[in-house]
Amino acid sequence: MATSTPMALRKTPLNVMHRRMGAKMVDFGGWDMPVEYSGLIAEHMAVRTGVGLFDVSHMGDIQLRGPGSLDAVQHISMNDASKLREGQAHYSAMLYPQGTFVDDVIVHKLSDNDYLIVINAGTREKDFHWVKSNVQRFNCHANDYSDYYTQLAIQGPKAAETLAKLTKVDLSAIKGYWFKWGTVCGLANTLVARTGYTGEDGFEIYVPSDVATSERVWNEVLEAGKEFGILPCGLGARNTLRLESAMSLYEHEISDKINVFEAHLDRFLKLEKGPFIGSEALKTILAEGGPTKKLVGLEMMERGIARDGYPVVDAAGKKMGAVTSGSPAPFLKKNIALAYLPTELAVVDGEVAVEVRGNPVKARIVPTPFYRRPKKTA
Amino acid sequence: MAYPENYKYTQEHEWIEVAGNVGTVGITDYAQNSLGDIVFVDAPKVGAKVEKGAVFGSVESVKAVSDLYSPVTGTVTEVNEELASSPEKINADAHSSWIIKVELGDPAEVGSLLSAADYEKFIAEETGK
Repeated sequence: MATSTPMALRKTPLNVMHRRMGAKMVDFGGWDMPVEYSGLIAEHMAVRTGVGLFDVSHMGDIQLRGPGSLDAVQHISMNDASKLREGQAHYSAMLYPQGTFVDDVIVHKLSDNDYLIVINAGTREKDFHWVKSNVQRFNCHANDYSDYYTQLAIQGPKAAETLAKLTKVDLSAIKGYWFKWGTVCGLANTLVARTGYTGEDGFEIYVPSDVATSERVWNEVLEAGKEFGILPCGLGARNTLRLESAMSLYEHEISDKINVFEAHLDRFLKLEKGPFIGSEALKTILAEGGPTKKLVGLEMMERGIARDGYPVVDAAGKKMGAVTSGSPAPFLKKNIALAYLPTELAVVDGEVAVEVRGNPVKARIVPTPFYRRPKKTA
Repeated sequence: MAYPENYKYTQEHEWIEVAGNVGTVGITDYAQNSLGDIVFVDAPKVGAKVEKGAVFGSVESVKAVSDLYSPVTGTVTEVNEELASSPEKINADAHSSWIIKVELGDPAEVGSLLSAADYEKFIAEETGK
């Protein structure tokens, strides 16, 4: 007999829809989410060659509003938000004083006094408390709008053509990492952002979170994408897509024990903007010679799949590091992984081995991202 | 999904079809469905010994690895080479995509395996349906 009641899993407004469509469900960070519908590989390929639709409502949305909101953002975020124009977003991270990660985020500038920070699902509460307590001294309010929105990601080379059927917003005028407001599926003032976590072109739209609206929009997107072979996609494909693009996942490539230089994310770090939480520790790390370990991409050279947590060993079988994320790559048709290695060994073309259930399997260090989407010609 | 009546099953979701002294072994439809798209089968070589209840290889999908447990004790006489290049055949038809054939060391072991009806009951309980 159970002696404690397990915490009920949280559900997005589309939970019933996912189950109705026969999705296999999984517990992701306390959320009951679809991991796959028709099959991971089919879903992954739909995004790379056509278009796929994801329910990403489990992610969180924090709004910072007030005259001090830019200062507040600058204090908690490592990228330089003063460079953002209205309608522009960028990738960044919130750091602990040691220069390690609270979470990675996308910061959107809605206006001079209004910023939207999109955060991860598994870290919603932690992030909100972190933001709230750290912006107290600034003239702004932090609001958690996560439950107000159903967030859908429409991703793939045919994402724009699909979404264009549902909105009069001129999507061609929205560049990557920019956003606009407009009517989508008849819903006025819908945020349409050219962002995503797949390495493909695509959009994320934020619609009201009532079930009826959420389901209606979901169905309309699927209908609009039918001619392009659209598939509803789950977290399984979401993971293989972001891995091929070498995008970080919290608790894997980034965490409260990993710093910005180790994670190879220093191109989003703007120490020159002035002090912020984590900046002094990072300056010290630089001054003392930089990170002692680095994130690298691995490609398996022999039969074997490197998976999360597998040790990376040297020729003598001694453990040098570990795989943070590893999986077959459905589009590239290779077995790939991200791993932390000592800095002196983290050199492209270097050979290492991954211990796959006791057996060392040869792998080569390769440049990342593993996959880059083809540039549009004309 | 109909589970072939003439096969026997294990709680680890393997099936075995016995003809004479040879058992043909694979994984069930329930197993392939749980795993998702299978990308890799790690099977033993011809001549290898397998032991009832012991791991004899593994099946990997994109998202997971699953150990294979032998339903019987014996010696591997044949390995399905097709699965090296086309492991997805198991997803398409798990009950036809055999992995190994085993010369039975102790034919009496087969009697204690699950019947199709018992296996279906077992998975119904596991999934809480």
